[in-house]
Amino acid sequence: MLNTVYRLVEPGRIEAEFCDIDITADAVLVRPTYLSICNADQRYFQGTRPARVLRSKLPMALIHEGIGEVVFDMKGEFPVGSRVVMVPNMPCEEDVAAAENYLPSSRFVSSGWDGFMQDIVSIRRDRVLSLPESVNDQVAAFTELVSVAYHTIDRFDSRAHSRRNVIGVWGDGNLAFITTLLLKKRMPESRIIVFGKHNHKLREFVFADECFHIDELPEGIYIDHGFECVGGMNSGRAINQMIDIIGPEGCIATMGVSEDNVPINTRMVLEKGITLFGSSRSGVRDFRNLLAFYEANPDVTEYLGRIVGNVVHVRSISDMSAAFEADMKKKGGKTIMEWKK
Amino acid sequence: MIFAAILAGGIGSRMGNVDKPKQFLYIGNKPIIVHTAEKFIINSRFDGVIVLCPAQWINYTKDLLDKYIPGNDIILIEGGSTRNNTIMNAIDYIENNYGLDEETVLVTHDAVRPFVTHRIIEENIDLASRGLACDTVIPATDTIVESNDGSFISNIPDRAKCYQGQTPQSFRAKRFKTLYDTLSEDEKSILTDAAKVFVVKGDRVELVMGETFNIKVTYPYDLQLAEILLEGEKKC
Repeated sequence: MLNTVYRLVEPGRIEAEFCDIDITADAVLVRPTYLSICNADQRYFQGTRPARVLRSKLPMALIHEGIGEVVFDMKGEFPVGSRVVMVPNMPCEEDVAAAENYLPSSRFVSSGWDGFMQDIVSIRRDRVLSLPESVNDQVAAFTELVSVAYHTIDRFDSRAHSRRNVIGVWGDGNLAFITTLLLKKRMPESRIIVFGKHNHKLREFVFADECFHIDELPEGIYIDHGFECVGGMNSGRAINQMIDIIGPEGCIATMGVSEDNVPINTRMVLEKGITLFGSSRSGVRDFRNLLAFYEANPDVTEYLGRIVGNVVHVRSISDMSAAFEADMKKKGGKTIMEWKK
Repeated sequence: MIFAAILAGGIGSRMGNVDKPKQFLYIGNKPIIVHTAEKFIINSRFDGVIVLCPAQWINYTKDLLDKYIPGNDIILIEGGSTRNNTIMNAIDYIENNYGLDEETVLVTHDAVRPFVTHRIIEENIDLASRGLACDTVIPATDTIVESNDGSFISNIPDRAKCYQGQTPQSFRAKRFKTLYDTLSEDEKSILTDAAKVFVVKGDRVELVMGETFNIKVTYPYDLQLAEILLEGEKKC
């Protein structure tokens, strides 16, 4: 079947291209319904990735956060019309030590492989999960982003020492909002403190125990562990501030992406015996656990609804570009494309 | 019930040296007719997908579809001498095998338009199910010039009001049959387009926005274009 794929051919320019889908293969055909724009997609759209990366990856369909409806499943495992979330990470092997999202052989859609901006997505059946009814479409669209935070908290839980009285989250964007919310729900005994630089954004973190501006830290402020959700060059500043106020043998989870190397105060990392670990993406297990978590905690999806920003109705290629441009200008929140193309 | 009728009636005489009808030419690794049929097979709203082609090509078409889509339940029947005859054959088949009621919807599509999208098919089904006939179109990019005698211009319609017809064309099958049966033989020979039957008889026909790439493979150039459009396949 000749499937239409809406690929970014150069920064700012999306065009319709085509690929052949084998409908008899062991894949599920999903019609995208709601797609969510990630900063990683935005970096391709704006052309802020290094030129050699753009050269090697484009043309490519963007978007790795999205849901859809099953239109065809040769095996009949997924009923037609099932509302599903699509897992963008495609492992090609199993590893006894490393999770699927860290294997160099894994494929990740919208990073070298076509993302979900397609007429029909042909996707491996082990990458499709039915969505609970309780989760609304717009929140479900960014399940992938939430699963990344969920995954990081799991890794933190297995690495961090047992004193978790105070956990700090640096950042006041979407990832920080999600991480703080999940931490508060999953570790209710801990005090969760947010460190940001936009007071109007920090006011949205109503579920956090406290919020501080990064330039106005109170005397004696202290954390047992920390999560960095800042990204870019400022992630260095955030990590160093965490190093300054973290207790001995604390654990720092870094989650923000930076195109450039950032300087880190390694002297104090050594002196305090800090564990610094990185997390990126997520696997199907994280998605599955998160969906169960959503079902058990319906208030979480209600809170997540508050970061739904622009919802753009997409019927044309110019609507797609308009969605990315609206996302560029946004003050906060997730931009969702209601996919009607 | 909702049916798709894929019209593969052409004999392919315009395709230069290629002697087979156009729907049997390949785009990528599959014949065009297979690509087109797949678009309808994967849409579960259809109760049946009917392919209509010239009698001498029925077995060949069946073999191709079985080879590329094993276990398919596509219905293959003979087309008629004109496009509307072919549609009537589909309607007769539905009537004889499933019964025809006011609600029965028929989505008709050219076998040689394999780039049709899920959205276009869905919008056709939605409108026809609500009782509205519809025609898939795109805004005209070239100025349309009318000539009564083939030598001089008799009219140049305002381009802003002109559209190029594509397919699918969709409607309630019983309504089409009723209107078609009122046509004289002369009218039938002139009214070769299903949408025009509705328009001439005073029924409203709604527009469904098509796609520029929903091309009809008619000329060797179109086939080359289709192959080029597929070139980006490597990242799927």
